Amino acid sequence: MTMTAPPIVSSAEPSSLRVSLGLLWRDKFACVAVLFLLAVAFAAIFGPWLLGASATKINLMARNAPPLSMHLGWHYILGADALGRSILLRVIVGAQNTMMLAGCAVVISLLVGSILGFIAGFRNDWTSSLVLRLADILMSFPSLLLAMIVLYVLSPGLTNVILVLAITRIPIYLRTTRAEVLEIRERTFVTAARVMGASPWRIVWRHIRPTVTPTLVTIATLEFAFVMLSESSLSFLGLGIQAPEFTWGAMVAQGQSYLGTAWWVAFWPGLAITLTAMSLNLLANWVRIASDPVQRWRLESRKRTNG
Amino acid sequence: MSSYVTNRMLHSAISMVGLIILVFFLSRLTGNPSDLYLPIDTPADVRAAFSKANGFDDPLLIQFQHFVVNLFRFDFGTSLRQERPVLTLVLDAFPTSLMLAAAAMTLAMVVAIVAGALAARSPNGVLDRFVNILSLAGASLPNFWLALVSVLVFAVWLRWLPTSGPGGPSHWVLPVVVLAVRPCGLIAQVVRGAMITALSSAYVKTARAKGVRTRSIVFVHALRNAMLPIITVAGDQATGMINGAVVIEMIFGFPGIGRLMMESIQYRDFAVIQGGVIVTAAAIFALNIVIDLAYALLDPRIKHA
Repeated sequence: MTMTAPPIVSSAEPSSLRVSLGLLWRDKFACVAVLFLLAVAFAAIFGPWLLGASATKINLMARNAPPLSMHLGWHYILGADALGRSILLRVIVGAQNTMMLAGCAVVISLLVGSILGFIAGFRNDWTSSLVLRLADILMSFPSLLLAMIVLYVLSPGLTNVILVLAITRIPIYLRTTRAEVLEIRERTFVTAARVMGASPWRIVWRHIRPTVTPTLVTIATLEFAFVMLSESSLSFLGLGIQAPEFTWGAMVAQGQSYLGTAWWVAFWPGLAITLTAMSLNLLANWVRIASDPVQRWRLESRKRTNG
Repeated sequence: MSSYVTNRMLHSAISMVGLIILVFFLSRLTGNPSDLYLPIDTPADVRAAFSKANGFDDPLLIQFQHFVVNLFRFDFGTSLRQERPVLTLVLDAFPTSLMLAAAAMTLAMVVAIVAGALAARSPNGVLDRFVNILSLAGASLPNFWLALVSVLVFAVWLRWLPTSGPGGPSHWVLPVVVLAVRPCGLIAQVVRGAMITALSSAYVKTARAKGVRTRSIVFVHALRNAMLPIITVAGDQATGMINGAVVIEMIFGFPGIGRLMMESIQYRDFAVIQGGVIVTAAAIFALNIVIDLAYALLDPRIKHA
C-alpha cells in the first residue's frame, strides 16, 4: 500500500464509495472475500457461455483422472469425473445454477418477507397476527424436511426448488422488518411526518424504508450463504435441480460413490460451496461493522497499524 | 409468567395443527401408493381391493377425519412398507436422532462458549481473530461435504474410525462432530458478540475493581448476562439440528428419524411421514417451552412481562 497523497486530510469530502473501498482495504479478510465473490460472479455470468461445451465433453481416456493430470490438458488440473469431464470446468459452469437458484430464492423471500413485514408492522392489527401465525407454522418445522416433502410432491425442477427455498426463508425477513418497523414508527421523525400530513405510503417509502434497508441487506447476504447450503443439501439428497443441469451440491452427490477411489470428484465442488459461503459470511460481517458507527472506529483505527 | 407460557403453548399448538393439515394433504398429493406397491399388470379389482383395504378409496376429507379421530387415540396408523405400527417405527428411530442431536448440541455449546468467551477477553487480539475466522468457516461448511471428507480422511485413509453404521462409541464420533460444526460456528459468533458487550458493562468493572479473578468474571459474571442471546441462537440451531440429522443419518447409515422420513417420502408411506412430522413437531414444541423456561430462569424480569 503506497501512499502518494500527503498524509494531511484534504478539506474536500471524499465520495462515500471511496470511503467504503478504503475501509474494505483495511480489512484484508473482507477484501479477499470480495475478490473471491467477484470471481464467482464472473464464472456464474460468463462460465456457461465460454466453457459450457467443453464442460460437458465426455473423454473416456480421462476417466477419474487425478488432479494435476496436466498431460491430458490444462483443464484437468483438478482432475476429472467418472465420465472424464474436467472438474475445473464443471465447477466454473456449475457456478451459474448454484448462484442463480440461491439468488432468486433470496430476492423472492426478501421482497415477500419485507412487504409482509411492513404491512404487519405498520398496521399492527389482525392482519399482523394472521401473518405472524403463518410465519410461526413455517418456523416451527425444520425447513429442509419441509422442502423435501414439498419437492417430492411437486417434482424437483428449477422453479419449484427456488419457490420452496424462498417460502421457507420468508419468516426471517418478515419478523425482522416487522420488529424494526414497530420500533421506527414510534420515533419522532415519523410522528413529525405524520403531523405534516404525509400519507402512509409516503411515510413507509420515504421515512421507514431507508432505515430498515441496511439491516435487511445484511440479513440477505447471510441468507444467501444459508440458502446456498440448503440448496446444496437438497441437490445432494437428489431433490434439487435435475440432470443434465447441475449445481455444486449435485456434483458432490455424484462424487459420493467414487469417494474411496476418486476423492477429488466430490472434494472440489464442496470446497467451492464452502469458500463462497465463507466469503458471504465475511462480507456480511464487514458490512455490519462498517455500517455501524459504534464499531466503525475499529476498522478506521487499523489504518495506523497497517499503513 | 404462567400467562406467557400458556400464550406460547397456544401459539405452538396452532402451528402444530396447521402443520398436520399441511402434511396430510401434501403427502396425499404425491400420488396413489397402489401404483408403487403393486406390479404394473395387477388386475383392476386387486388394485381396488388394495386401495379399499388401506382406505385410499375414501374421499380425502373422510380420510382426514379418520386420521384425526385415530390421532386422539394415539393411533398413528400402520406403515404400508414395513407393515408395522407407525408409533413403534417412529419411537424406535427417535432415540437415535435424539442422542445424535443432544450429543452434537452439547459439544457445540461447550466449544462455542469456551472459544467465544476467551476470544471476547481481548477483542481484535490474535485469539479473537483466530476464533472469528474459524467460527465463520465452521458456519460455512456444508455438512454433507464435511461428512464425506471426514469419512475419507479418518475412516478410509487413517483408519482410525469406522465409516458408517450404528454401533459402539467410535461409530458416533464422526456423525456427532460433523453435525456439531455448523451450530458451533454460529453459536461462537453470538457468544463472542454478547460477551464483548457484557464485559464492557459497568458491573464487570466493579467486579474487576473488587479484585475478582478474571476467569470468574468471564465465566460467572459476564456469561450469565450474555446467556440470553446465546440461548436464542442455540434454540434455533437445535431446531435446525433435524435438518442436519437427515443428511448425516443418510450418509452414516444411522437408523434415525431423518432417514426414516426420507425413505417414507420415497415410498409414499403416508402414515409414517405424518407420524414422523407429528413427533418431530412435538419435540420442537417441547424444546421451545424449555427455552422459554430457561429465559425466565436467567432473566427474572421476564416473569413480570
